[in-house]
Amino acid sequence: MGEPLVVIGNGMAAARLVEELAKRALGRYALAVIGEEPRLAYNRVLLSALLAQEVGFPEIELKPAQWWRDRGVTLRYGMRASRVDPIARELTLSSGARLSFSKLVFATGSQPIKLDLPGMDLTGVFTFRDVEDVKAIAKTAGTRVVVIGGGLLGLEAAYGLSKAGAQVTVLHLMDRLMERQLDAPAARMLKRAVEGRRIAVRLNAEAARIMGARRVEAVELRDGGVIAADAVVVAVGIRANTELARAAGLKVDRGIAVDDQLETSVQGIHAIGECAEHRGLCYGLVEPAYEQAQVLARRLAGESATYGGSVPATNLKVAGIHVFSAGDFLATTAGAEEIVLSDPGFGVYKKLVIANGRLIGAVLFGDTADGPWYLELIRSGSSIERLRDDLVFGRTLATRAAA
Amino acid sequence: MNAPSPELPAVRTTCPYCGVGCGLLARPDGYGGAAITGDPGHPANFGRICSKGSALGETLGLGERLLHPMLRQADGRLARVEWPDALDRVATGFERICARNGPDAVAFYLSGQLLTEDYYVANKLMKGFIGSSNVDTNSRLCMASSVAGHIRAFGADTVPGTYEDLDHADLLILVGSNTAWCHPVLFQRMVENKRGRGTKVVVIDPRRTATAEEADLHLPIAPGMDTALFCGLLVHLADLCALDYRYIDAHTSGFENTLAQARAIAPDLAATARITRLPQAEVARFFELFHATPNTVTCFSQGVNQSAQGTDKVNAIINCHLASGRIGRRGQGPFSLTGQPNAMGGREVGGLANQLAAHMRFTPADVDRVGRFWNAPRMAAREGPKAVQIFEAIARGKIKALWVMATNPAVSLPRAGHVREALKTLDLLVVSENVLCNDTVDAGAHILLPAAAWGEKDGTVTNSERRISRQRRFLPAAGEAKPDWWIVTQVARRMGFAAQFPYDSAAEIFREHAALSAFENGGRRDFDIGALAAISDEAFNALDPVQWPLRAGEAPRERDRRFFMEGGFYTVDQRARFIAPERPAARVPTSKQFPFRLNTGRVRDQWHTMTRSGLSARLGTHTPEPFVEVHPTDAKALDLPDGGFAKVATPWGSCVLKVAVDERQRRGCLFAPIHWSDATASAARVGDLVMPETDRYSGQPDAKATPASIAPVRFAFRGFALTRRPLSPPPGTWWARVAVARASGLLLATNEGPEVWRGRARQMLGTELAEYVDQQRGVYRAASFAAGELTGCLFIGAAETAPQWDAVKTLFAAQTLADDARRVLLTGRSAEGFVSAGPIVCACFSVGMATIRAAIQAGAASAEAIGEALRAGTNCGSCLPELKRLLAGADLAADSAATAPQPADASP
Repeated sequence: MGEPLVVIGNGMAAARLVEELAKRALGRYALAVIGEEPRLAYNRVLLSALLAQEVGFPEIELKPAQWWRDRGVTLRYGMRASRVDPIARELTLSSGARLSFSKLVFATGSQPIKLDLPGMDLTGVFTFRDVEDVKAIAKTAGTRVVVIGGGLLGLEAAYGLSKAGAQVTVLHLMDRLMERQLDAPAARMLKRAVEGRRIAVRLNAEAARIMGARRVEAVELRDGGVIAADAVVVAVGIRANTELARAAGLKVDRGIAVDDQLETSVQGIHAIGECAEHRGLCYGLVEPAYEQAQVLARRLAGESATYGGSVPATNLKVAGIHVFSAGDFLATTAGAEEIVLSDPGFGVYKKLVIANGRLIGAVLFGDTADGPWYLELIRSGSSIERLRDDLVFGRTLATRAAA
Repeated sequence: MNAPSPELPAVRTTCPYCGVGCGLLARPDGYGGAAITGDPGHPANFGRICSKGSALGETLGLGERLLHPMLRQADGRLARVEWPDALDRVATGFERICARNGPDAVAFYLSGQLLTEDYYVANKLMKGFIGSSNVDTNSRLCMASSVAGHIRAFGADTVPGTYEDLDHADLLILVGSNTAWCHPVLFQRMVENKRGRGTKVVVIDPRRTATAEEADLHLPIAPGMDTALFCGLLVHLADLCALDYRYIDAHTSGFENTLAQARAIAPDLAATARITRLPQAEVARFFELFHATPNTVTCFSQGVNQSAQGTDKVNAIINCHLASGRIGRRGQGPFSLTGQPNAMGGREVGGLANQLAAHMRFTPADVDRVGRFWNAPRMAAREGPKAVQIFEAIARGKIKALWVMATNPAVSLPRAGHVREALKTLDLLVVSENVLCNDTVDAGAHILLPAAAWGEKDGTVTNSERRISRQRRFLPAAGEAKPDWWIVTQVARRMGFAAQFPYDSAAEIFREHAALSAFENGGRRDFDIGALAAISDEAFNALDPVQWPLRAGEAPRERDRRFFMEGGFYTVDQRARFIAPERPAARVPTSKQFPFRLNTGRVRDQWHTMTRSGLSARLGTHTPEPFVEVHPTDAKALDLPDGGFAKVATPWGSCVLKVAVDERQRRGCLFAPIHWSDATASAARVGDLVMPETDRYSGQPDAKATPASIAPVRFAFRGFALTRRPLSPPPGTWWARVAVARASGLLLATNEGPEVWRGRARQMLGTELAEYVDQQRGVYRAASFAAGELTGCLFIGAAETAPQWDAVKTLFAAQTLADDARRVLLTGRSAEGFVSAGPIVCACFSVGMATIRAAIQAGAASAEAIGEALRAGTNCGSCLPELKRLLAGADLAADSAATAPQPADASP
């Protein structure tokens, strides 16, 4: 019997951690995974595809039940961890059952932020976070839906809804879509592309209240405008799930604070994924979660590995709309220089940000093929002077020209 | 080039460019174009053609053509008028000014591009009917010194030899002639002779030209010192007693006097070497070659002619041939290589102000004879002003009406800027032209007459070896264009001379011209083609190339005909004249302010002011920009980097040209080509720089030795624009226009940065714009599109890394632009070898659909297999459904719909 290791959370980070750990140290730990959702871990990124009915649930399942069994994992899904005793090294489940652990990993993810608006409790107001949300929203297909939030999640929800037949309006507080990932030109092109998919976009639009007697009937805006709606999906952001950790006395700020070993303030207790806060940053993307999962797996397997943070890259998962951004794409760094390639008629916009001969940021629209290469260059910090003149045209050309 | 159409037969015609006069076969494609090849049956070229000739098919477009008569309106614009109206206005305009100010207040300025028949009618109208000899031609700029030299020595403007001599010479001396570029087909003939028979080639030229590179001996002579070299040669031969005293005694006069003058100029080898600034050993080698080689032909061109002492240079050369008896024999003789296709024809009709007609001059007997032949009421009785003088007379207000035919004097004359200003003062400026716009037209022409162009007109031309060939029509006239002879005839009739201008065809004019050549000739005049005076229309149409003389009753000869082997000169005593030349000296000295000597000339692939050759994309690639050649030492001293820019200034004007540092240039000398004008470049009208000094005998301007200064001009940025239609460059920009396949090209140099160009790109190119900006590196590139077609490009970059346009040019040649080509277009590099991965399926690892399809084809049968091969789908997994669809092979249409804007219902 191995050392008891308990993972709280059965999402993408947890699944990746188990996978990486099993590759390295199968049998070293007695693994238990506690999941609140009553199902096997699934790919949350595909929720909009699920909503759009492009895929069915079995297809978004990350691993089949057999896979978990083969790795000797005790899978306890449909259960909530209600208490953690870091001194006693003991975990209490909502069922009252108790589990001892030697090592504990928080992978509790996040939850959607809810707006403090009149009418939020009306029937037909949804968030967009899990399969249950999708199931509930799906019932409104073919009707008028207002999506509040023009960020990544909101647009993915809007796309799924529209694809499923709904008449969708996206309300966005800011003057451009995905303002945290895109600069103005890219956001303009995104807006055009989104509108091209029959989704109405209203910028600088702040919802004042949801109107309706029992069910949603309309959304009233701060400027007095009213948009008739049968449903409202709120996708204005996420917040790390930290209550359990906080209650256990772990250091918590915006997320569960971890160091470069991904360890919390308590030895042997770790946190990864959206619930974790590393060097003051909470990541809301899958890529950093996977990186953290890998680093932690290596550490748990006895290897020396540290996590120095992620350079987050954004990919919008809407079929046919290719968006990528990474690093300081707004060129806020002192001395930053921009290289811009735009061909709106061809649906392409690329901006690279360079400082001191190094790539520090990129935003791509339409042609994102070289996103990972740029990300690699941003992360490595290697000199791009020789590549500069062809850099924005992509790896094939730039490396050929520099050769 | 257009593909030849098998249905239409090849038309035998003659090239419109240089004086070699190559025979061509034109195969019309039936769509207004034609495939051009050399005529194997033509004795000038036996099927060979040069780069310019072979690109003729690319110059037949109508884009730049003047298609109907136009009249300047009160507001300065040109408006279309009907032919009768235009002709009436020309006729009444000339009549009115003649009546008011006398016949010498009007003038014609003609061209070696005209056909003999055009020339004949214009000359006849002016000299016999208007009653003035104010008719001169651009041949004045080209070979007038040869004409004068011939007349002084031979008593007539006779080219004694033939091209066959070039095949039989054992020594070919090329003086002031870049034959390799300017008469390429003849040069190939010389090279063949050199290879086959070991003929030695000596090139005498201040520049080491392409011709000199092929020579056995190149003498980079000091500018203008050719006379000294040939005087030295004459002295050298005399001292060796190597002269043909039999020939001198029997057929010449003036030898002693001439030899004495030669001795005074170049007493010996050392003195010759010193004056010509050549190494003594090389001068000695040249003298010895001449001495030892009876079969010597000395060819000369513009380097000899375009000189304030050009006629003396010609005579200094002829003196050596006369004194050695090397004239008129196969493989021997002085040989003027003319520049233009019909300079010789123009000389035959008397198109120069100092000639009357048919090689007759302004002697009372000749004036009387021609007057009787023409039945002319008002014969001009004395020589008229020569080209430069005509334009001076215009500037002084003496000449008030000018009719320019087939030439562009606002570019080509010395002090061209001054000429242009003079043209603006005319009461009436009539221009017969092919093109709608050139510097002469833009100088304020009042009436524009559309002339039939090469390929549309019919008649004859005469080449450098006195061979008359037909130029034949193989295309319909563009728009309302008419042959020049027709236009002049119509005006003559309107001026009341219908009876003497009855012409309905070129053949009719040719017969009259031939008859005049034989009229009261009796062997007294060299030019006699009496045998053709009764040629039928059919025979004229079928006329094979024929060399003159061809006197009545003679049949065209198999063998070439030469002059003067046994004397028989056209002087009163039938003796040739030795001419004692002036001591060679620069007419205008260099100074502290203008320390260089500016030499001008041609480049290989352009012709004159580029109104025709400039239309060919192929020809535009050889030397696309106007340039100035500078010796490396001079360049270093003045900080002129190769490929940079320089202002070349003379007391008469200035140009800004690209710098070509070239050790083949002489120190202290500059060379700039003559081709560019205000229509083709911002500041490269080299004619503006040339001094108005002329040879006192020939009136030919000296275009080879203008004192000049040169100083660097710096441009921070360079670039180019390519557009489907010609673009007007922004003011203040250095530019040169270049023909490009299916586009119009502009090469640019500027001190305005990328942001300025970005600001004007939309207005220059169009609204659907793709752009690339790297402000820090000074780079701005833009391309415009319309309906998927590339319509324009603008590339600006730092001067040190100037953008190149070769790759982009090839994209313009295509009808549509492939997606991958569009992706790489703004790199300015070739898309060759670039294959896009297709629309991205796996965003995490950027794996494209094309790549995935290839992996599936290569055997990846599951999403996992694809993941192993390409990593696609192994990160966020969001593409797994798409991978599965691709595996099922059911998604071709949907994905293309997702990547290209298509109607929504195109999705399955």
